[in-house]
Amino acid sequence: MTDTGWTPDQPLVSIRDVHKSFGELEVLKGVSLDVMKGEVICVIGPSGSGKSTLIRCVNALNPINSGSILVEGQEVNDPHLDKLELRKKVGMVFQQYNLFPHKTALENIMMAPLKVLKQPREEVEERSRALIKRVNLVGKENNYPGELSGGQQQRVAIARSLAMDPDVMLFDEVTAALDPETVNEVLLAIKDLAQRGMTCILVTHEMGFAREVADHIYFTDRGIIVEHGPPATFFSDAKDPRTKEFLSQIL
Amino acid sequence: MNAFQQYFYDLAQEYPRWNFIYFYDPSQTERVIDGLGMTVQLSVICVICSVIIGVIGAWIQGAHSALARNLMQGYIQFFRNTPPLIQLMFFYFALGQFTPTYSPDGWLEVPIISNVGWAIISLSFFAGAFNVEIFRAGIEAVPESTREAAEALGMNRLQIYIYVVLPLAFRVSLPALNNNLVNLVKTTTQAIAIAVPELLYQMISIYNDYSTAQYACMLFMFIAYIVLVGILVFGMHRWERALKIPGYGT
Ligand SMILES: Nc1ncnc2c1ncn2[C@@H]1O[C@H](COP(=O)(O)OP(=O)(O)O)[C@@H](O)[C@H]1O
Ligand SMILES: [Mg+2]
Repeated sequence: MTDTGWTPDQPLVSIRDVHKSFGELEVLKGVSLDVMKGEVICVIGPSGSGKSTLIRCVNALNPINSGSILVEGQEVNDPHLDKLELRKKVGMVFQQYNLFPHKTALENIMMAPLKVLKQPREEVEERSRALIKRVNLVGKENNYPGELSGGQQQRVAIARSLAMDPDVMLFDEVTAALDPETVNEVLLAIKDLAQRGMTCILVTHEMGFAREVADHIYFTDRGIIVEHGPPATFFSDAKDPRTKEFLSQIL
Repeated sequence: MNAFQQYFYDLAQEYPRWNFIYFYDPSQTERVIDGLGMTVQLSVICVICSVIIGVIGAWIQGAHSALARNLMQGYIQFFRNTPPLIQLMFFYFALGQFTPTYSPDGWLEVPIISNVGWAIISLSFFAGAFNVEIFRAGIEAVPESTREAAEALGMNRLQIYIYVVLPLAFRVSLPALNNNLVNLVKTTTQAIAIAVPELLYQMISIYNDYSTAQYACMLFMFIAYIVLVGILVFGMHRWERALKIPGYGT
């Protein structure tokens, strides 16, 4: 690992003036935010405002046009970026779970540690079974994703990401595709994670959940951060009319 | 002669058109067995090689290098759009001239690549060109989001291909692959053009020597190919079922 001079008292993720366009369409127009170690931040905002794009930039799934994203001091916007190093630090969970359909729940969790980190199988299996237990899926180890409900698949996806032992987790509307009755089990798994001190960046529409777990809330609209603050003040004294309108619609 | 041989011998005496000579003349039996053996050998080796070519070719088609992609496209166009019979003859008669020779007995000069070798090469590349296209179609059916999830877990392009894309694409490709491999087995008969002693070659030799055996030889070949292709199709279907993922697809 390259020495970046990063120390835990500096932001674990530091996003500075990030611009990102898809062709002519400018999706991020100068976004900045910091996430400290152990912090949970929520990004909320209308659909199409660039929330997914923003968090996908953090693990280099989308390259950025200008600005800087530092993860533990490592510059993501660097042509010589060691993507593997970055992705060992940053885990991601997607709206559509995106599990490997040809692998069982347990195999899904074990795949990356085995193939990417080349860790010994016994050790990986032990850890994976512990993760299965943590996301409350004991008994489902040998089921294929197609045999699991959306909420169960999403919890496998969380465990799969945790198996890489990341320092920060990205969640992109991970409950948006779920049946209402399974939303809660996934939120519980994330809450448990947050309480254990995992650094999290969550894109979510679950305002009650955001209020409960977030240390800081960011509201985005059309590619900029309009307003942000700790939940206590964010929900009660939003100042910008766009924030107010959004909150009035969603709450 | 045992009873079986005697029966066919008597049949040929009574009805000369139905001269199943390979059932009662041991040296003709041997020719048939040799021919069948060669056909099976050609088929099995070419099936395996063509699938390997398909897997590697489909990988190259997704390469960053435009040169590699264009070369792959050129290969596919050439082998897909020209007759396999001409490919066989070209490989053997044209390219065969330039391959080095060796002398096993200090007397005869033998080319390093025999006619059987050229048949394997030529037929594998022929069927391989179709397999590349077949696998490519399967790969395109794998959702980008699944690939992205693998990427987010730190897998590199090769790891994603081997552990995620290929296993899924392969399942989608099996029916089309099945068809192409059936075609390949049938196309091995064209190796007769470069004197590979496979089944067709041996059967024609038999009825050239014993003209009354012509019907019997043709009949045998139809049945032999129905059985050979049947075994292949049966195996492929078993495999397809074994690879079926619970709760996935149809
Ligand atoms: N890969 C892409 N190519 C082109 N446009 C994209 C791509 N991804 C997202 N966009 C566009 O960027 C905008 C922001 O998208 P997104 O970040 O997904 O918003 P959100 O997650 O806030 O709903 C949308 O207008 C979307 O159409
Ligand atoms: Mg989104």
